[in-house]
Amino acid sequence: MNLLALDDDRLLGALRLLLAEKNLASPAEVAERLAITEQGSPAQGARMVAKAWTDPAFRAAMLEDGTRAAESQGIVMRGAPPLGVLENTPALHHLVVCTLCSCYPRAVLGYPPFWYKSAGYRARAVRDPRGLIAEWGTVLPEGVKIRVVDSTADYRWMVLPLRPAGTEGWSEDALAALVHEGDMVGVTVPRAAAPAA
Amino acid sequence: MEQDVPRAHHDLGGVAKYMCEPADIAPHTLSDFDKEVDALRQVLGLKNIMTVDELRRGIEAIPEADYHRLTYYQRWIRSITATLLRKGLITEAELAAALERA
Amino acid sequence: MGFAPGAAVRVKNDWPETRGPCHIRTPHYLRGRAGTVQRALGAFPNPEDLAFARPAPLRALYHVRFDQPAVWQQGKPGDELMVEIFEHWLEPA
Repeated sequence: MNLLALDDDRLLGALRLLLAEKNLASPAEVAERLAITEQGSPAQGARMVAKAWTDPAFRAAMLEDGTRAAESQGIVMRGAPPLGVLENTPALHHLVVCTLCSCYPRAVLGYPPFWYKSAGYRARAVRDPRGLIAEWGTVLPEGVKIRVVDSTADYRWMVLPLRPAGTEGWSEDALAALVHEGDMVGVTVPRAAAPAA
Repeated sequence: MEQDVPRAHHDLGGVAKYMCEPADIAPHTLSDFDKEVDALRQVLGLKNIMTVDELRRGIEAIPEADYHRLTYYQRWIRSITATLLRKGLITEAELAAALERA
Repeated sequence: MGFAPGAAVRVKNDWPETRGPCHIRTPHYLRGRAGTVQRALGAFPNPEDLAFARPAPLRALYHVRFDQPAVWQQGKPGDELMVEIFEHWLEPA
């Protein structure tokens, strides 16, 4: 049977029937997993980043063990791969890619975005990272080194970005609202206000 | 330089022909199909029916032109199906019959 | 074996792709490249076995840094790559 030629919806429908009949995967189990997966979103990671910006003990704990830090914030990490956290500094910027497939810290960032899974992103990130992030309008200041993290194995990596200037005294909620998906992958950096047009 | 190395076609780091491909940074929402395939793979993993590495191996076995033609989750469902068939958890006859009913 | 942070290592210049069906997590562009161990990440079942539903012994996993422009003969001096590499793909440099 040529699987490549089959209609997608029919193939999924057939698997749904067969796996339920064989007690391998019931529609209820799949629905439950889908609901759990949809709880993962960049808002989870953003909450962790904002807390790390305001609480030095949490920051240290997050850099030491991302999984435990996420769990301490009520994020379900059971069954998820270990979470590693990459700390940006004024001299070092991280960019995460998976050149072999699309490994992504889904528990804290949700489903990987379309661009992260694309051949272009996967090819370019390790070879021309500065040209790639420029497509998001990201230009690193002079003197900042870039470290591209190719996520090839058992960890999943999120970036702890730099806290933007001008946010002194802001609440965790206000800070979390500044942090977006791309900031935690490294294609963008958080900003306190939109750049002037 | 990569013309000189026998890389597998999914092993995309630095591959010259994609270096000029612009990043498609517009938001794309997942379809119901995408989400169900994703959740199904997780259930099969949690129940030790197939590992994520078996999923990847099956995706990597898709011929290069099809690998790039298929969407992300179109690759996944074909890898899942091939894995279940190879392990004898479903048979081609059962699948053919289920495709008629689906 | 086992590598301490700062250890100089080299990724084996091996191409299992040429020998038959396989599933490997060491990207092609690092084969034969010299790098520096950042830190040990723990031990995980070997994905090369998991992919074929074989018993998968635990293998130590390392985060290894590489000079990025040296890999591609292009880029900005000082930029780096950091990649998870299993111990059986590493040798002392």
